[in-house]
Amino acid sequence: MAWETVIGLEVHVQLATASKLFSGSSTRFGAAPNTQANVYDLALPGTLPVLNAEALRMAVRFGLAIGAEIGRKSVFDRKNYFYPDLPKGFQTSQLAFPTVGRGTLTIALEDGTTRTINITRAHMEEDAGKSLHEEFAHATGIDLNRAGTPLLEIVSEPELRSAKEAVAYLKKLHSLITYLGISDGDMSQGSMRCDANVSVRQVGATEFGTRAEIKNINSFRFVEKAILVEAQRQIDLIEDGGTVKQETRLYDSERNETRSMRSKEVANDYRYFPEPDLLPVVISDAYIEAVRATLPELPDVKAARFQQQYGLSAYDANVLAGDRDTAAYFEAVASANGDAKLSANWVMVDLQAVLNKQELSIAQSPVSAAALSALLLRIKDNTISSKIARTVFEAMVAGEGEADAIIAARGLKQVTDTGAIEKIIDTVLANNPAQVEQYRAGQDKVFTYFVGQVMKESRGKANPAQVNDILKAKLAGG
Amino acid sequence: MSNQVLNQGIAETARALRSGAHSSVELTQAYLERIAAHNPALNAFITVTAEQALAQAAAADAALAKGEAGPLTGVPLAHKDLFCTNGVRTSCASRMLDNFIAPYDATVVQRLQDAGMVMLGKTNMDEFAMGSSNENSWYGPVRNPWNPALVPGGSSGGSAAAVAARLCPAATATDTGGSIRQPASFCGLTGLKPTYGRVSRWGMVAYASSLDQAGTLTRSAEDAALLLQAMAGFDPRDSTSAQVAVPNYLATLDKPLAGLRIGLPKQHFANGLNAAIEAPIRAALAVFESLGATLHEISLDNNHLSISAYYVIAPAEASANLSRYDGVRYGYRCEAPKDLEDLYKRTRSEGFGNEVKRRIMVGTYALCAGYYDAYYIKAQQIRRLIRDDFTRAFEEVDVIMGPTTPSTAFALGSKTKDPVTMYLEDIYTIGVNLAGLPGMSIPAGLVQGLPVGLQLVGRDFDEAHLLNIAHQFQLATDWHTRAPADLGEL
Repeated sequence: MAWETVIGLEVHVQLATASKLFSGSSTRFGAAPNTQANVYDLALPGTLPVLNAEALRMAVRFGLAIGAEIGRKSVFDRKNYFYPDLPKGFQTSQLAFPTVGRGTLTIALEDGTTRTINITRAHMEEDAGKSLHEEFAHATGIDLNRAGTPLLEIVSEPELRSAKEAVAYLKKLHSLITYLGISDGDMSQGSMRCDANVSVRQVGATEFGTRAEIKNINSFRFVEKAILVEAQRQIDLIEDGGTVKQETRLYDSERNETRSMRSKEVANDYRYFPEPDLLPVVISDAYIEAVRATLPELPDVKAARFQQQYGLSAYDANVLAGDRDTAAYFEAVASANGDAKLSANWVMVDLQAVLNKQELSIAQSPVSAAALSALLLRIKDNTISSKIARTVFEAMVAGEGEADAIIAARGLKQVTDTGAIEKIIDTVLANNPAQVEQYRAGQDKVFTYFVGQVMKESRGKANPAQVNDILKAKLAGG
Repeated sequence: MSNQVLNQGIAETARALRSGAHSSVELTQAYLERIAAHNPALNAFITVTAEQALAQAAAADAALAKGEAGPLTGVPLAHKDLFCTNGVRTSCASRMLDNFIAPYDATVVQRLQDAGMVMLGKTNMDEFAMGSSNENSWYGPVRNPWNPALVPGGSSGGSAAAVAARLCPAATATDTGGSIRQPASFCGLTGLKPTYGRVSRWGMVAYASSLDQAGTLTRSAEDAALLLQAMAGFDPRDSTSAQVAVPNYLATLDKPLAGLRIGLPKQHFANGLNAAIEAPIRAALAVFESLGATLHEISLDNNHLSISAYYVIAPAEASANLSRYDGVRYGYRCEAPKDLEDLYKRTRSEGFGNEVKRRIMVGTYALCAGYYDAYYIKAQQIRRLIRDDFTRAFEEVDVIMGPTTPSTAFALGSKTKDPVTMYLEDIYTIGVNLAGLPGMSIPAGLVQGLPVGLQLVGRDFDEAHLLNIAHQFQLATDWHTRAPADLGEL
């Protein structure tokens, strides 16, 4: 039996405002507990919310970036439940009239195709505080620093069909929110959190299966693993004659399994109703256009431009444009040396390998865009070969200085003197008469052997194109 | 200084202070002594802030001496105990907040303090402003100064009793369904509930956020104008406060009423109206006619639905507003909770009184999935219809008048058994809150020695006109000057 996984994602993005959604308290991460909670955050009697205009602007930015309809009159609602880290006893959220309506996000898949995923809505809401169970014996500590931090909850349609697609969607979302500057998107600090609604059905079925919601997954990798393991659990269950229960589950990354949350942790009736302390937020055309005017070039547009302007492949263009810093780095390198293809390859392959190994972001790269570009210029002007360039790059990463200095210090300058190259070739041919015979007998493959020997003899410094040409002429001429 | 000055309202008091007839400290001391003498019987105050009051009075005297006095400088007043006062307990008459001291002042408190007023203390009320008799207080019921066997009305019963008994010249109050106007009627006072959004709700403990509005209990419309002038205006901390300019309320008090069109809702003069109440109301209307006004029958077709709609909307909002009282951060906390659920259940069972618990349960029920449409949504639709009725009426008339309450003050304990009978107390007042309109109650006569209130309802933000109409009536009559007899000599 062939099974298909159906996934919808609810992603909570922490908006990068300086203060909270309804109070002036700081949203800075990592402060001492309860030092960033004012009288409203503590839900003292008589205190009232005032909407953070910057949070609204950020939500609208996101809405415009996904081509969504902006709620002209969005309404905040109270979502009622009791929990010690929820001081008011209700979370202020948006139910029927969210700020951001239907939009789309296009994801690039590994096979080079793209899919457009519908986003149902994105609504603004406040975060809860944190309950600290471990540090206290027989008690629970409450830290309200996070209480009231603005979140944008982005809800997708159940249109994702594999764990890989889900990750691609998340990464695209991450790319978008960092481009827009509305969130740092740091999953490890909870700036981006994901709930996954997962169900399975037989391929070809039109009805959805019963879904389970996996709560609060906090890394791209765990999202993929959690979906895979949950889908398999559901398939096994159904194939064994069982039925999937609609429930909320938690992903345990250590055991790589999902498990049911205790029913107590799942409130069943939130008794939503419009928040009477806030008026509906009326958004005008003028406001929307003013926000639209401040949007940066977004990843999809940038990728298209990279293809058109630099002649990059769709894949390369998407990879480079997917991250704002990477795109900026690439453009700096390419514009300085005029060779976009070469620049793209070096940024995506060589530089990326170093960054991955050292667990650095491109903003923390040990080699600046200008320095890399200077290195690539030396390939282009035939001072060094690509191969030697890798050696120079390694030295640059190690902090040995600029490309030119390293080339000079190590004597890596390419040999382009025809006479010198001819001399080496003559020596190589003289030392390998048997191979010369083989080549002349029609074994073309021996040619690369000669090239290798010549390069070895020149310690890599001979210009490969010249070696090719002279070698060919000499072998032909005999 | 003769104790007779305690019979003066704000305007006269302020004039006397500016003339140097006596100091604010002397006056404040006299009020504190009168509170000490009479509050044990009336129970109008929960907290008396004598020391702070004398300090504020001394500061006011200094300002008066320097000629820096405003129209309210040095005038004492009391605040209903749901306005948060920095450093002074704000109990909301609840065991839940018996130990709560806010680290901030409500905007209303701040503005009146900035105007130089002297706070004598915090007045008793129905717990969390839920009630029409002031019998739902953790600190015990308040007695009506006109007859201590009777209730003063609620929920602002302490403020009303204090002003009526001359324990203070004026008091702040709040009105969610009639909580200013009904006690004003029962205690022979001028009560003003401004338009929703006219006065900031910041720092005012919430009962039903979309209905709560701060206002005044005073001896006269002129006093109400003086207080509202200082209280009203946009507050960036209250998103529901209105960005509507505040007019000079005193400037229009003296406008003649010739041509005033008064609307009389036929539903408020129908069979249910007690003949004893109707007589002074009709007499008051005749006074207005003599001042040049004309009377017109109007219809508020949906008024009979107002109590039902109110008792869905207000408890629904209250059920969420009161969720914060959970024993976790401040306020009452049960002894030795076994676990979280036990903490919640016992804290809230022990900390709240019965009427509060009743409304939390009603509101919770009304918001439940499956009932929400039938109750909450339906109530909101009715609310719209009720507002439409008023809007239509105001196309024909300038002000709507009628009785404030169906009866004069009733006996303590007479309605506590049956909540619905108690709820019906607000039949004339509650629609005004649902519509968000400004309303007043002014003394219009006495029935068997007890005050009867006339209700005035105006257009949105038309407080100036209501105050003008009330003031003109008070120039023509002396009902507002009547005081309870048996409270000892002034």
